[in-house]
Amino acid sequence: MRYIEPHGHMVSRTTDDYRDMATAGCAAVCEPAFWAGFDRSSVNGFHDYFCQLTDYEPQRAAKFGMAHYSWLCINPKESEDVALAKDVLAIIPQFLDRPNVLGIGEIGLNKNSRNEVRVLELHVDLAARTNSLILVHTPHLEDKLKGTNLIMDVLRGDRRIRPERCIIDHVEEHTCRRVLDAGFWAGMTLYPESKCSPARAIDLLDLYGQERIWMNSACDWGVSIPLAVPRTALEMRRRGWTAEEVDKVVFQNPAQFMGQCPKFRLPAA
Amino acid sequence: MTRQQVLDQYFIDARHKLIDIAAFLDRVDRAEGGADFRHAAFRTALKALGRRGPGRAERVLLSLSDPTTRPIAKAHGKGACGAWPGR
Repeated sequence: MRYIEPHGHMVSRTTDDYRDMATAGCAAVCEPAFWAGFDRSSVNGFHDYFCQLTDYEPQRAAKFGMAHYSWLCINPKESEDVALAKDVLAIIPQFLDRPNVLGIGEIGLNKNSRNEVRVLELHVDLAARTNSLILVHTPHLEDKLKGTNLIMDVLRGDRRIRPERCIIDHVEEHTCRRVLDAGFWAGMTLYPESKCSPARAIDLLDLYGQERIWMNSACDWGVSIPLAVPRTALEMRRRGWTAEEVDKVVFQNPAQFMGQCPKFRLPAA
Repeated sequence: MTRQQVLDQYFIDARHKLIDIAAFLDRVDRAEGGADFRHAAFRTALKALGRRGPGRAERVLLSLSDPTTRPIAKAHGKGACGAWPGR
């Protein structure tokens, strides 16, 4: 089996995880910028993080024959501080031309505050001006429905943004249909304690089809499973999906979305 | 999958989770303390679960969601608690 991990925070994972993912058939891993678990004290912390995402982490992945791509932003969890966010947004363009950068992400909302919305609008403007793909984080738990609606309002409110170049991640049963109906791509995150279980993710595929949708582990420093995508692929097979149907969801779909960025290339088989 | 196949594959797992929920509610009842909006939200979600017809997972998620539509003035903290406190 081959697959792409379209959302993994590998800076938080061990080299053993890279080895296990490569063993399971991972051809490429894509790493959005996210919150470190603590608030960075200045823009310099983000500069170093972006260097890690665009220089060091691709080298770790390459040791296991895996392509590594990244997305850049200041995560919504740090967006309450608009002044810091503007400082970070000012340094992102100097990294956008690096060979593994696919776009702006994971932007979005966390607690659905006015400042978070303002910083989201600034990120969307940057993506529009640089013709970048967009990867969106939607809020957790009770905040997800409202946040997803607010995010789609911002994206639809900017006439330069094409929905087929945006993926809205962490969808669940109450947000999946509205994201797909609006023309966006949808991402399902396979977490052991929140978001989607493998069984629920496959249910959503059964209900809403296999177009413009992917699955990811979003593995990070929290409770998460780096092999969640191949384990879900196994469950799809147990539910009667053919190998070709599984391949479309776990490999072809992420390749199709990220292939909209000409820098996206997969390692030769 | 046939209904038989779905039950073969998922019944034991669902049974395990159902008993976990029952034990959780018993544990909350045994514990001392005042009312908590999460407990009330959980009971409301159980009613959504018990209604017949498809879309149970969506109904449960909606019952636990913030139904408001405007951004809040300021984010106080970063975490979510799983149920809307109603303010």
